Order: sequence, then C-alpha cells, then structure tokens
Amino acid sequence: MYDTPKLESETVTDEVKISARGCQVHYGDNHAIKDVDIDIQDKTVTSFIGPSGCGKSTFLRCLNRMNDTIDICRVQGNITLDGQDIYDPRVDPVQLRARVGMVFQKPNPFPKSIYDNVAYGPKIHGMARNKADLDGIVEKSLRRAAIWDEVKDRLGAPGTGLSGGQQQRLCIARAVATEPEVLLMDEPCSALDPIATAQVEELIDELRQDYSVVIVTHSMQQAARVSQKTAFFHLGNLVEYGDTGQIFTNPADTRTESYITGRIG
Amino acid sequence: MPAIWLTLAVLALATAGYVLGRARALTSAGGDSRKLHSLPSYYGIHVFLFTAAPALALLALWILVQPLIIERAVSTHLPERVFSGNADRGLVMSDVRRVANGLDLAVSQGAMTTEYARTVRTELTDVRERLGEVGVAVGSDIGPEVLRAAQNYRSLAARGDLLRSLTIAVLALGGLLVSIIRTTRDFRARNVVEQAILGLLLLSATIAILTTIGIVFSLIFNTVEFFGLYPAWDFFLGLTWSPSFGGGSELGIFPLLWGTFYISLIALAVSVPIGLFAAVYLSEYASPHVRSVAKPLIEVLAGIPTIVYGLFALLTVGPLLMRVFGDGGVGIMQAGTAVMTAGLVMGIMLIPFVSSLSDDIINAVPQAMRDGSLGLGATRSETVRQVVLPAALPGIVGAILLAASRAIGETMIVVMGAGAAARLSMNPFDAMTTVTAKIVSQLTGDADFASPEALVAFALGMTLFVITLGLNVLALYIVRRYREQYE
Repeated sequence: MYDTPKLESETVTDEVKISARGCQVHYGDNHAIKDVDIDIQDKTVTSFIGPSGCGKSTFLRCLNRMNDTIDICRVQGNITLDGQDIYDPRVDPVQLRARVGMVFQKPNPFPKSIYDNVAYGPKIHGMARNKADLDGIVEKSLRRAAIWDEVKDRLGAPGTGLSGGQQQRLCIARAVATEPEVLLMDEPCSALDPIATAQVEELIDELRQDYSVVIVTHSMQQAARVSQKTAFFHLGNLVEYGDTGQIFTNPADTRTESYITGRIG
Repeated sequence: MPAIWLTLAVLALATAGYVLGRARALTSAGGDSRKLHSLPSYYGIHVFLFTAAPALALLALWILVQPLIIERAVSTHLPERVFSGNADRGLVMSDVRRVANGLDLAVSQGAMTTEYARTVRTELTDVRERLGEVGVAVGSDIGPEVLRAAQNYRSLAARGDLLRSLTIAVLALGGLLVSIIRTTRDFRARNVVEQAILGLLLLSATIAILTTIGIVFSLIFNTVEFFGLYPAWDFFLGLTWSPSFGGGSELGIFPLLWGTFYISLIALAVSVPIGLFAAVYLSEYASPHVRSVAKPLIEVLAGIPTIVYGLFALLTVGPLLMRVFGDGGVGIMQAGTAVMTAGLVMGIMLIPFVSSLSDDIINAVPQAMRDGSLGLGATRSETVRQVVLPAALPGIVGAILLAASRAIGETMIVVMGAGAAARLSMNPFDAMTTVTAKIVSQLTGDADFASPEALVAFALGMTLFVITLGLNVLALYIVRRYREQYE
C-alpha cells in the first residue's frame, strides 16, 4: 500500500454533499459533540481521526440519524444532505438511511445466506422489479465490493460462515446494494487482519468514484492512505479539517500535530 | 445416640477442627500467612471436610442399611406358623416394627421401664392395651412371636445404634487426627478443597440423573405389569376409554391422547402469538421504564398456582363461553367444561412461559444485527421480522416446544375446565379429558392396586413421559442444530 499520501489526494471535487453547522450532541449529561461545523465533499474519502472518546463515531452516527435509536441521545444544530435538513421532522430517518449507508466496526452479516444479505436492502426498498433484477443488483454489489469471485459459487451459504475480511466486504456490498449517496464507515478495518485491511482499503478507494465516503479510523496510516480530506476531533471539538496531505505534513493546530506525532492520544 | 445429635456432635468436632487446622497451619508458618501454600482458611476447611464428610456419609449410609439388616435378621427368626392365612412377611414385619416403635414410645414416656419392655410377655399382660394407653394403635392382637420379634428388633436396633455412634466417633476423630497431622505450611490445602468442591458438584449432578432414572424405573415395572394384564395393542390403538372396576374395561389411550393434543393445540394457539408479540414489544419497542414494570407483571402470571387457573376456568371462562356458544347463543356448547375452556385458560398460563423465554432469546440477538438492518434503511418492524426473529428462531422454537411439554403435562386446569369424559370429537366446545387427568382419576379411589384399571395409570404416565421427553429432546436438538449458525 501507499506509504505517502497519494497523488489523487489533490484531485478533490468541490461539491459539498453533507454540511453541518453548530452541531451539538448530548448523551444524557455528557456533552459529546461541541459545536461542530464541517462540509463533507462528494466523491471524496473523508477520514475522521482522533483519540478514543473524542466523538468521531458519535458524529458519524449523526449523519444518518443512527443516534435516534439511542434513547438518551439528543442532537442539536443543523446537518444538511444536498442542502436538505436531515433533522427536519418531515424527513423519514428510514429513507435517509437508505441514502446514507453505513458499515460498522465489527462485520455484522445477518444470519442469512450471502445472497439474502445483499438482497436485504433492495428488497426492503422495492428496488427490484423481479428476480432477475435482484440477481443483477446482488452481483453488481458483490463485484463492487470485490468479493464476487470468492462467493459466486456459494451464494446460498450463510454469510456468517465467511472469514472476517470477507464478512466486512459482504457488509460493504450490502450497504452498496441500496445505492446510497454517502457511505459511512465506522472503523471498518479494526477487526480485520492486515491483508483483509488492505483489500478493504483498496475497495474504499474504488468506491470514491461513485460515493462520498466518510471513514472513522484509529490508524493514521490508514487515514493518510485512503482519504483526501481529514478531520481531527479532540474532546468533542472539531480541531482541524483540511486536505489529508496538509493535515499530516503541516498541521495548523498544535493539538493535531501532537496527536499525529503520537504525543497525545 | 440419635442421628441428629450424632450429626451435631460431628459438626461441632469439625468446627473445632477448622479452628485447630487454621491455627496449626499458621503456627507452622511462624504466624506469617504469606509463607503458607494456601490461605489459612483452606487449611481449616480441609480439616473440617476430613472430619465431617466421611463420618456423615457413613452415618447416612448406616441409617439406610441398618433397618434392612435388622429386619432380615428378625424375620428369619420368625417361626413359619406366623405366616398363616394370607398374612405375608411384609405385613407381619410391619406389625413387628409398629410394636417395637410402640415399646420405644412407652419407655420414653415412662409407661414402661426399659427392663419391663425387654421382658414383657403377652401370656402375662395385654401388651396391645398397654401400647394403646401411650397412643400406639396396633391393628390385630399381638401374638407372642410378634412381641418377641419386636423385642429382638429393639435390642438389635439398640446394639446397632451403639455401634453406629462408636464407629462414627472413631471415624470423625480419625479424620480430624489425620488431617491435623497433615497440616504443615507446605501442605496443598487449596488443591484438596478444590477436589472436594468438584466432588460436591459431581454428587449433585449424579443425584439429579439417578433420580430421573429411578422415576423411569418405577414407571417401567408397573407398566410392564399392566401390559401383562392388558394387551398393548388394545391400549395404544383402542378408540374407547371406559374403565369399569368390575372388569371388562376398554382402556384405549387414543381418546385421551386426542384430548391432550386438542387442548394443548388450543393452548399453544393462544399463548404462542400473544407471548411472542409481548416479548417482541418488551425487548424491541418498550422503553426501559415500561419494560421494568411490565416484565415482572407478566411473570406474575407464571407464579399463579394451576389450581387457581382451574378455578378461573370453572367460574369465569366456562360460563362466559356458555353465554356466547351455549344454548342461548350459538348453541354448540352443552356445558361450561369444554376443550375450549381448558385450552384458553391453559394458553393464558403459558403466556409468561413463552414470553419470558423468547424475550431472553431476542435480547441475546446482538445489537449489531439491528444496527446493520436499521443502517440499511429498514424500519423497526422490518428489522424484527427479517433479522431479529429469524436469528432468534431456534430459541423461540425451543421455547414453544417447552411450553408444549408443559401443556401436555398440565392436570389441574383440565380436571376443572375440560370435564372428565373421554371422547373423540372435533367440536372444541365438547367436554374431553386428557391423559394426566385420567391418571389422577385411575389412582385416586379404592381401586385394587393390582387391577389393570389402576395399573393403566402407569402405562399412561409412561406414554406421557415418552412424549414429553421426545418433545424436549426435539427442542434441544433444534436449538443446538441452528444455534452455531447465528453467532
């Protein structure tokens, strides 16, 4: 893989996909996210880095309203997707999550066959008119997640029987199958070995062609390898946000510098 | 010395041993517990165990075996002419025991002296009357042989008790001595205690298993006896159940099995959907506050004795159904006691059973599954239907099968709610009865215990046992077969 930030990191589009203004999150009495402003661009990989408990995963979960499923969590401020407020009462969080897909830290395939895992989203959202359509979507998604060749002969086998790296790619295929516009990834490689990690990272780079990808990671090498934009969170604050190359070579904030050089964390 | 005092004495000695062992271990380490191999209390427990365990185990064995040996000894000395007529050995021996106990009681109350009780002769005194005065009723007149045997019994028992006390004392003291001598700072007391705990756990498991086997055997012997008197073919395939104690009974199990099956089916049809939906609500939708109130409330249902459910069936549900389906209404129900009455009430009884088992199983489905589904844009009910329930299905099937075993084994609700007529009918508003209810009615009453009409109860019990065992095995198999797939 790449040891230095890639050249592609310079080629980012300027179109803003998600925009947050004055975002605050409270978990009960705990103020987890403090006044975060950020513009996430389309067809770009944006990585969130920062020490544990800094709020990066919490903020990620705000972007598709997964925090709604937690009773004690309150979100304030303004987050827009394509200019539309996602916390508007008229917005159906279920529809929103179809547009903003999510891949979790631990691979979590459903206890179903590989085929059914991928077909789950399209079936729920009525995306296929018939079986052939659905077959097409499943194949396309699995190919996109670079796992088709490994599973094409056993689509009926349970998804839980795959290896960790394959499971995570299956989960990515599952998320891709609903054709989201944004893909949120919460430490997608933390449960994987280095080889599987490399495969997933390669995949993330390919996904950038079609999606806006936001990835939370603890590995700064990973952030440097896969992302074009990097946001550094610390104690619930967004400390610094900018081009990955610039953050890692010439950070503006001393806290960012301390973190990436390993002095805080 | 009576067994209870003996036990207390052994325990007192063992407690003293605990203190001694602990102190000795500490002394051997020069008062520094860090130099000991184990914690000081382990040395104490080690001495306690060696003092108490063998002694008490022997005591328990002695209590079981001594009466058998004495009875054998006494009964071989009884002359043959005592067993005249149809008085068999067991009856005579129970007389002997009763007289011996009566003499014990008379002595302890001061009505007789020990010497008198040992030498009294029926030829000279009316022993029966003397025993009656202290409150021991002896059925027939006491013959001289029986009295002599009873006196013999008493003296053997007294000798046995003395021997017992001595042996136990020697064993307890020996154990104490050996374990105290062994106690030095390097002795691995902790490992010994660990072994003892293993032994205790093993013993408990063995007792549970042996009891089950014992129950099966107690059924098997009587069942075999029944099939000696009544053809198995007629029992399993007979379509009529009409026991008459005068003879000429027809004992076909089929109507009873049909009643059992029908009532259980209605009970499951009530309890499975309600229980399952309640479980889904509690685990997926309810807020923690609602859950903390509602779950215990539902489980209260499980604590109601089945006889109370029976009353509920008899007094409330039966009349209620009568008003709707009886002569005034639809007109297909003759009386309040019916399959439907018992089935409905049994269903209510099983709701907490299904719901709390399913609730645990649904909660065990990892949150990651729900997140994954919600993250794909599925609604809550889609998530429950397509991800949570399929993942929990093996456990839920297991819960349902366990509920089915309970329904099949339920008695009181059937006795009070379903009537007593063994009938083959499709109408759920007819009175029917089940295997369990018939076991009760065959064994209660004055039936001769050797008649097929009474012995059939064991064959019924055995059949029921096999059916519920089969269901449980099936439940376990399903749970095991599919569980690993969902982890």
